[in-house]
Amino acid sequence: MQGLHMVGIHHAYGAAKILNNISLTVPAGELVCLLGPSGCGKTTLLRIAAGLEQLQAGSVTIDEVVIAEGPAQLPPEERRIGYMFQDYALFPHLSVLDNVIFGLFRRDRRTARARALVMLDQVGMVPHAEKYPHMLSGGQQQRVALARALAPEPRLVLLDEPFSDLDTNMRARVRQQTLSVLKQNNVATLMVTHDPEEAMFMADRIKVLGDQGRILQSGRPADIYYKPADEYVARLFGPMNMIDGVVEQGGLKSSFGTMALEDSTAAEGSIVRVLIRPEGMILSNGGGDGGAPVDIISAHLLGDTSVVRFKVRNGINSGAEFHMRMSGAFDPTELGQIWARVDLRHAFQYPQNQ
Amino acid sequence: MKAPWLRRRGWLGLNGWTAGTIFIAALATVPIFAVVYLALTPTENIWPHLVSTVLGGYVTTTLILMLGVGLGTLLIGVGTAWLVTMCRFPGRRLFEWGMLLPMAMPAYIIAYVYTDILEFAGPMQAMLREIFGWSSKRDYWFPEIRSLGGAIAMMTLVLYPYVYLLARASFLEQSVGVFEASRSLGRGPWRSFFTVALPLARPGIVIGLSLVLMETLNDYGTVDFFAVNTFSLGIFDVWMNMNNVSGAAQLASVMLLFVAFLVFSERYARRKQRFHNTTSKFQALPGFQLSGGRGLAATFLCLAPVLLGFVLPTLVLLSYAQKHYEPELSGEILGHALNSMKLSVLAGAIAVLVAIIMAYSARIKGGKILLLASRVAAMGYAVPGAVLAVGVMIVLGNLDNGIDAIARENFGFSTGLIFSGTIAAVTFGYLVRFLALSLGTVEASLGKVTPSMDGASRSLGRGAFATMRYVHLPLIKGGVLTAVMLVFVDCMKELPMTVILQPFNFQTLATFVHQYASDEQLGDAALAALSIVGAGVVPVILLSLSIAKSRPGSRPGHEEGV
Repeated sequence: MQGLHMVGIHHAYGAAKILNNISLTVPAGELVCLLGPSGCGKTTLLRIAAGLEQLQAGSVTIDEVVIAEGPAQLPPEERRIGYMFQDYALFPHLSVLDNVIFGLFRRDRRTARARALVMLDQVGMVPHAEKYPHMLSGGQQQRVALARALAPEPRLVLLDEPFSDLDTNMRARVRQQTLSVLKQNNVATLMVTHDPEEAMFMADRIKVLGDQGRILQSGRPADIYYKPADEYVARLFGPMNMIDGVVEQGGLKSSFGTMALEDSTAAEGSIVRVLIRPEGMILSNGGGDGGAPVDIISAHLLGDTSVVRFKVRNGINSGAEFHMRMSGAFDPTELGQIWARVDLRHAFQYPQNQ
Repeated sequence: MKAPWLRRRGWLGLNGWTAGTIFIAALATVPIFAVVYLALTPTENIWPHLVSTVLGGYVTTTLILMLGVGLGTLLIGVGTAWLVTMCRFPGRRLFEWGMLLPMAMPAYIIAYVYTDILEFAGPMQAMLREIFGWSSKRDYWFPEIRSLGGAIAMMTLVLYPYVYLLARASFLEQSVGVFEASRSLGRGPWRSFFTVALPLARPGIVIGLSLVLMETLNDYGTVDFFAVNTFSLGIFDVWMNMNNVSGAAQLASVMLLFVAFLVFSERYARRKQRFHNTTSKFQALPGFQLSGGRGLAATFLCLAPVLLGFVLPTLVLLSYAQKHYEPELSGEILGHALNSMKLSVLAGAIAVLVAIIMAYSARIKGGKILLLASRVAAMGYAVPGAVLAVGVMIVLGNLDNGIDAIARENFGFSTGLIFSGTIAAVTFGYLVRFLALSLGTVEASLGKVTPSMDGASRSLGRGAFATMRYVHLPLIKGGVLTAVMLVFVDCMKELPMTVILQPFNFQTLATFVHQYASDEQLGDAALAALSIVGAGVVPVILLSLSIAKSRPGSRPGHEEGV
């Protein structure tokens, strides 16, 4: 199969293990995203794929050719890989055009120049071709770096936190453009980021990397969001609401009534933790099935949404605090008794081992 | 399927680079080890003789010299650094870099100049005799310049800038807040200086002081001229006059103990310095306005060392050069200048080439061995020229004899001396001594190139060598030129190694000046001396520029170490 295969990668700096039995596949034309907190070894994995870091254990294969296995490895310059660095690493002494031509030294000058201009055109940087990197904005530098990485038609592109140095407004635009350029070139891409939203936007598949360099979950973005494998993955997307329910007659009992129990093997009377996304709480001024009466603690209007904090009044979760987001303004004083319900699509059950 | 070359090569096994670095490090340390080896295995045991005769005198004299120069440079260096960074007085801006000017002046040159002025027959005493009507030496007392005290004064005048430079940098790096906190807690400026600012600056000052003392140990021209029996002079004496190689090696290895102590203090201070730098943020220093008389006093205190250490000697040399100008002599001096330049350019170029190889292989390969190799290779900067010269002679002598023996045995003819007494020998000595200078400069500028540059170039298909050629070299061009220039200038000024190692009938500017001055013909050598000073001014200008750039309020930055 075309694309990147990494199998059984282990890596440690001294006693600190930072990659633990990582295996992944990036088929040609697909974008796989490694999502994890800063310092969890994501970048090291990219560097191993590129040959910039000595492989310690495992193997790396590109387009069905083993390029690194144990101590033997192909030098980075012979791997035909495009690497985009977090700081872009544009050569300050070369113009934008010469930066892109840098990797095209095997072609004759005219074709190299033509190819570089094609790539600069794809990222909309032809008007800046004669400028030097320090004259460009962050977003422009990012686009040049992308063009430079793609110019030699690499078999694999590695992106290291490609948008982290951009401001929020710029980021959405550049992200969109980067994605379309990558798809246009139909290249296998491995990207690392600590930003879940970025991963959701860019990735065909996401791999969540946790502490000690273990892959916690792999899947399509929707799987990661709607079926997080554990509490850690669930919490990646921001603070969660948490309640403990009790298994009772095959159901899960909490202040919000009885929910369907996902894990039918859970023993009667055992505790199951439920994590609920802020958007998974629904407030209304009527009771009904699964509703629990609540007291509002605070409500803040943030623009198009409001953040509301409240407390459950009765039942086994009595006193537990929740926060939620709702669209528009929310004025609790206009309403009478308020009830909260749980949207089960946003609630995840994790049986607690005791 | 496996890539077919996978087993054959791995880029981290760049053995050419590693082997090159280790080879260079070995070459650079052989002379030092040769000295120690020869000292420990003497053909005749002259230890008892040395100990009973000269050793005690050498040790005492050297220690007094170091103590005197140490105290003198501390006083001038720290004092002026404090005035210039913390006070406001007339001319302060000028002194910020002006204080460095005496660095351009080799100690031996101002020694010749002052001797000429201050000796009995010199203009100073003549003037005094004229005024007071004294007729003979017995009528009055005048300090004898050709003495230990005189040597201390000369070296202090030209070496204090090392202390000044590092003390100034340390004062600048201190948070103003710390000092102001001390004052707001009720301590006056003097007490705050001694209890807060000085202790914080101590590591930097110790580094400066170590460099000063290394230079003091290295000096040969001044002590030879003044007949002050230090180790350097002792080595020359035992080597040249007694023709005793082992004896010279033994003296040299005792001297190495002094050096080891200095290197240790310097390293220790550098390690501590990291913890002492509480902040990297520069803040415009408040500056005590010194008004009226106090301001003028500060101006005078800063002006005196610059006048005595640079301006006055330069003026004297200028006037001599004009008075003694002879076209014929100038032609001869030009020849010596060309010799000096040939040697210095050669040494500068090789030193930088070697430094690039070492620094770059440490960068791409990393690891403790390469780090150690570059530290070891840089050891020569601390070792006095006389010691290194002895080491180089021993090594090359043995090499020549070995080649000669092999040739005679196998081919039946004698090759004679191939390396000893050639330009190659002098260049080798220069390289060993000044490699640290180029290595430090190249390492510093290479360190400013982010590692992702390497990664970008390699992943774009360029190998290690092409990456160096197309990415690193263009980026560190400035640093490389600086390094060439620094080594060049120090080689131009170098005296002790050149005296021992120079080929027969071959002179550099430095040895020419030394010879003429020793024969009391300074006037004829003034032009040559001025040329050396002129070369020495170049790095001072560079340092001044970097000081101007790192001035508080402008972009923060550190001055390059010396």
